[in-house]
Amino acid sequence: MTKFSKRLLGAAALTALFSASSGLAEEISYASGITGNGLENFKTIVAPWEERTGHKVNLVSMPASSTDQFGQYRVWLAAGNADIDLYQTDVIWAPQLAEQFVDLSTAAGDLAKQHFSSIIESQTVDGKLVALPLYTDAPALYYRADLLEKHNAAVPTTWEELTKTAQLIQDKEREAGDKDLWGFVWQGNSYEGLTCNALEWVKSFGGGQIVEADGSISINNENAIAAIELAASWPGTISPQGVLAYQEEESRGIWQTGNAVFMRNWPYAHRLGSADDSPVKGKFGVTTLPTGGGHDTSAATLGGWNVAVSKYSKKQEIAVDLALYLASPEAQKLRTLISSRLPTIVDLYEDAEIAEAAPIVPQWKDVFLQAVPRPSAPTKSAYNEVSSRFWTAVHETLSGNGSAAENLELLELELTERRGDSW
Amino acid sequence: MTARDSLSPGLSLSKRRARSAMWFLTPMLAALFFVAAWPLLRTIYFSFTDTTLTNLYTGKWVGFDNYLSFRQLSSGRVIWRGTLADMSWWNAVWNTVRFTALSVSIEAVLGIGVALVLHKEFVGRGLVRAAILIPWAIPTIVSARMWGWMLNDQFGIINDILLNVGLISAPIAWTASTETAMTAVLIVDVWKTTPFMALLCLAGLQMIPKDIYEAAKIDGVHPLKVFFKITLPLMRPALMVAIIFRALDALRVFDLVYVLTPNSKATKTMSVIARENLIDFDKFSYGAAQSTLLFAIIAVFVAAYVWIGRVDLGGGSK
Repeated sequence: MTKFSKRLLGAAALTALFSASSGLAEEISYASGITGNGLENFKTIVAPWEERTGHKVNLVSMPASSTDQFGQYRVWLAAGNADIDLYQTDVIWAPQLAEQFVDLSTAAGDLAKQHFSSIIESQTVDGKLVALPLYTDAPALYYRADLLEKHNAAVPTTWEELTKTAQLIQDKEREAGDKDLWGFVWQGNSYEGLTCNALEWVKSFGGGQIVEADGSISINNENAIAAIELAASWPGTISPQGVLAYQEEESRGIWQTGNAVFMRNWPYAHRLGSADDSPVKGKFGVTTLPTGGGHDTSAATLGGWNVAVSKYSKKQEIAVDLALYLASPEAQKLRTLISSRLPTIVDLYEDAEIAEAAPIVPQWKDVFLQAVPRPSAPTKSAYNEVSSRFWTAVHETLSGNGSAAENLELLELELTERRGDSW
Repeated sequence: MTARDSLSPGLSLSKRRARSAMWFLTPMLAALFFVAAWPLLRTIYFSFTDTTLTNLYTGKWVGFDNYLSFRQLSSGRVIWRGTLADMSWWNAVWNTVRFTALSVSIEAVLGIGVALVLHKEFVGRGLVRAAILIPWAIPTIVSARMWGWMLNDQFGIINDILLNVGLISAPIAWTASTETAMTAVLIVDVWKTTPFMALLCLAGLQMIPKDIYEAAKIDGVHPLKVFFKITLPLMRPALMVAIIFRALDALRVFDLVYVLTPNSKATKTMSVIARENLIDFDKFSYGAAQSTLLFAIIAVFVAAYVWIGRVDLGGGSK
């Protein structure tokens, strides 16, 4: 017998032993929020791993709202739930859930170095790598190229222009009989998504980032007030009144049925909007979000999802292996090809195959470069409350309960009280 | 038994009976202790500590800080902290009280109406009685979602109907706008729980002896007077039970609001805000304090009801 075949035999024996002790196909549970066709995509992405290891991944699908997911995960983790092995985590959760997840820094080793260092940094808490990045997210402005052309309008670069153009096209199209057309759809429900939307308005008006990196509370300023006042003029004019209850999927619903001129949304909407059954296929373009108030840089809230291994999982080794696979160049490339999610691995932006199949990805690098983080790092475990108080203040203003100036002043007071001596 | 009898020879039969009854009750009492009393006591304990959800067992005793505390700044300004000084808590209390008062009164009136109809003899009464219970049988989560879609401003059927009938000129964003959010929640709650009210009222109606009505008929009493002088007073005990059940339910309303109008300041109730602090905001002990207050409010309410009930009982027996 050659050395090689001996080894092969050994491997076979090991596999047999392994399968005898753990019943070959271990089932790994992966909890993740689902939007669009996320479920099918996930199955395609894990298929190669399942084939290679013989394990099965059971996707525990959660509501699309990240606020709802967080609540559920928090309860599960506090109870030491061993049923879920991996969690798909929002970019802002790392500081809040760090203690409940396994440190991946040793396991990830070289893999971590291939990712954007800013993203790895956002997932590192006190030297512990809490989660590995799956994809990054930065929203953009979707516009109906056909309608803009028809009405001789340019792609807006400022929020003021957008307001004007949206109103113009909406009025003309409605006169022409398209009664259901709206100018601009976005996410105005009172939830984390509104914090993202409003942070973009405020930041692009030069109004800061709610809480700055040094922990100072900056939200009560003239630029921020102007930004939110402008946004408050949208519901009922260029946006349906119901936008105050919309999350990503509701706004995409309006947009993708051809009933909106502009939409603010994440990259996933691009792929779905370009599908064969989409009425807006080939009719729309994407650009960076506008700026406002004479300020010249736009802002896109940095989103993105990561995978973390639960400290309470009984199959940690397999779970870590799955996490490493999901964050690997192979899986990220596959994900980008089928769902146009933005990879977090630097080299993939130069990948020829991706450039051809998803031309949006290299384009999106510009959007990504303007990404602004939410203040989750400076506010630590208080982030959710800061965000909730911010979106409540904004939602109140958008609903016409008090002016932006009044609500932001009150917000500043609330945040100052919550902070106390330090965050 | 003989062995036992010889062990306790001095006990009378009734005492022995009481003792064996105790043994039969023990499992139930133990179960009640573990599922009701223990969590309650633990929540109350947590509310006096600085426990967080990440570290459930290492909280330190902080006294009444989660309820009310104050600090004096160097400038001399006094800052009050704690739930009792928290505007959002009082907003939630107000929302809950408003919701309870409105929903229970509407449901009581509608419930009596439905019960009166169902009390009459008509063809297919059994079927109607069963059918009317359907809203009550649907889980709240499901009905809240269903109504959420029906109330949607773009594709909701309610707006479509109102638009077609000409009652409104533009679709209303029922769950989104702060003015209509509470109305939306009330509509769904009334739809869901009126059957429950109707059922309890119907049971009360059936207790009323028929001959009283016959006597009233012979005397030629106006039907409205019959309702207010005979039906209502006689069904009052049943109605009061129904109202107290509903009020207790309404005071701790959570699922309907959480699904239909999450995070809307206009509808956040005490339970919703307690959960928010317990889980989302990493202020576990603060949320525990709010849960404790919610428990206290309901306890006071029940005590008041029992007291009023006693007074009435005394009045009725003269």
